[in-house]
Amino acid sequence: MSPARIPAENAELLAFEGVSFAVDADREILHGVSLSVAPAAVTVLAGPSGAGKSTLLRLGNRLELPSAGSVRFRGEDSAVIDPRELRRRVGMVFQKPVPFAGSVRENLKVGAPQASDEELIRSLERVGLEGSLLDRVADDLSGGEAQRMCIARTLLTQPEVILMDEPTSALDHENRLGIERLAKELAQEGIGILWVSHDLAQVRRIADHAVVLIDGRNASDEETAAFLEQGMSEEEQ
Amino acid sequence: MNATQIGWAGLVGSFALVAIAIGLSLWQRLQLSRSILWASARAAVQLLLVGFALRLVLDSNASVWWAWLWVVVMIGFAGFTIGSRAKEVPGIFLLGTISMLTVVVVSLSVIFGFHVFPIEGRTIVPLAGMMIGNSMTASVLVGRRIVGELSEKRDEVEARLALGQSWQDASRPYVRSALRTALVPQIESTKAVGLVFLPGAMTGLVLAGVDAVDAVTVQLAIMYLILGSVATSVTVIGLGLTRRVFTPDHRLRSIARATY
Repeated sequence: MSPARIPAENAELLAFEGVSFAVDADREILHGVSLSVAPAAVTVLAGPSGAGKSTLLRLGNRLELPSAGSVRFRGEDSAVIDPRELRRRVGMVFQKPVPFAGSVRENLKVGAPQASDEELIRSLERVGLEGSLLDRVADDLSGGEAQRMCIARTLLTQPEVILMDEPTSALDHENRLGIERLAKELAQEGIGILWVSHDLAQVRRIADHAVVLIDGRNASDEETAAFLEQGMSEEEQ
Repeated sequence: MNATQIGWAGLVGSFALVAIAIGLSLWQRLQLSRSILWASARAAVQLLLVGFALRLVLDSNASVWWAWLWVVVMIGFAGFTIGSRAKEVPGIFLLGTISMLTVVVVSLSVIFGFHVFPIEGRTIVPLAGMMIGNSMTASVLVGRRIVGELSEKRDEVEARLALGQSWQDASRPYVRSALRTALVPQIESTKAVGLVFLPGAMTGLVLAGVDAVDAVTVQLAIMYLILGSVATSVTVIGLGLTRRVFTPDHRLRSIARATY
């Protein structure tokens, strides 16, 4: 990663400022949520199921538009950035791996149509996969391999931020830890990671910063403490 | 009675076959007797009305504009039929109507431009009818298929969009699959023609006493016309519908059977 792509100071790469999102006139899912994603760090977005975490991520990648507030990328309102360019700089990894029909090579080329085989192999190795997988049918990959391939596919667009929507929820423990390590490594390379999780043990393992959402709004300090404490007591049980 | 006129007596005689169908339904307790009778009677009334109306339109002294007016009515009715058969497809009435209009303009331009048939009421109406009839079914199929594919594969489409693809690129594999599905039956029926079944126009011409080879050339021209029409209609529906289900800023709208 080129140092020029990272601000000299710890500036906000991606910021949600008072963001609301309504499915229709009667149903608002997010109510004035604010949070920011710093470079070279893993920011975890935690909270109970149905708190609106995944929806917030979709706003970050502009798969949805906020009904109020703004999403800013490097200080610029994302609404004025070409969505295709924004999505390449703010990548997204989904809860379940989404391999496309065809080989691993064809999958990776969706992210980088001009990339050479050498570049594709490097991207696979970067996420802990072997380059020999290039000709494998993507649907034949295991769950862990498929999720890693999806991360490699996203990395090929050279994102500065990666939004990860519970990317380990469909994986076994070993693969879960592997993807967590990978996220930390990517953060060390300078990428800002926003990771959604409701697994509090995972939050403690990977979070440099944590933000808690409850019922579609930022949790208060007391609620955040209570949520994290509840998680710890559940683990003890 | 000559080969082209079966007369009222002949029509009543052919109704014996409907009686056989009703008899079979009663025997096997299919409870379809009323439906068969209703369908047969309705077809008779509709076609007789059309026949009498066509007699006026196709009269050699009648203006050719009556034939064009007939085609306009057919296009509107086809749009309405497509709309009612694919209600879950957004904007399908307008798209269907545009698609049928395109089919008629393109196909008749080719047919009349190359002087395959003369521009007369007796050619305009039946040719447009065959094109619209065949294209209508394919349009419904492709519309429903595209909506089905994009809603079932929503995860994949959004994963492609999230990688920075345009809506055109992100939807292409799924739209292509839907277009193939809609076109393959027409291609298959074109391949099987003559071997498996004798198509209607050719059969009609042979019954009317036209030389078999002459009847075949007319039929071939019509089959190519239908193939081109179906391809045109599914492409218009495919491109138009895909544009409608995405926003200009490359987001997939909420569509029928969407899950998220």
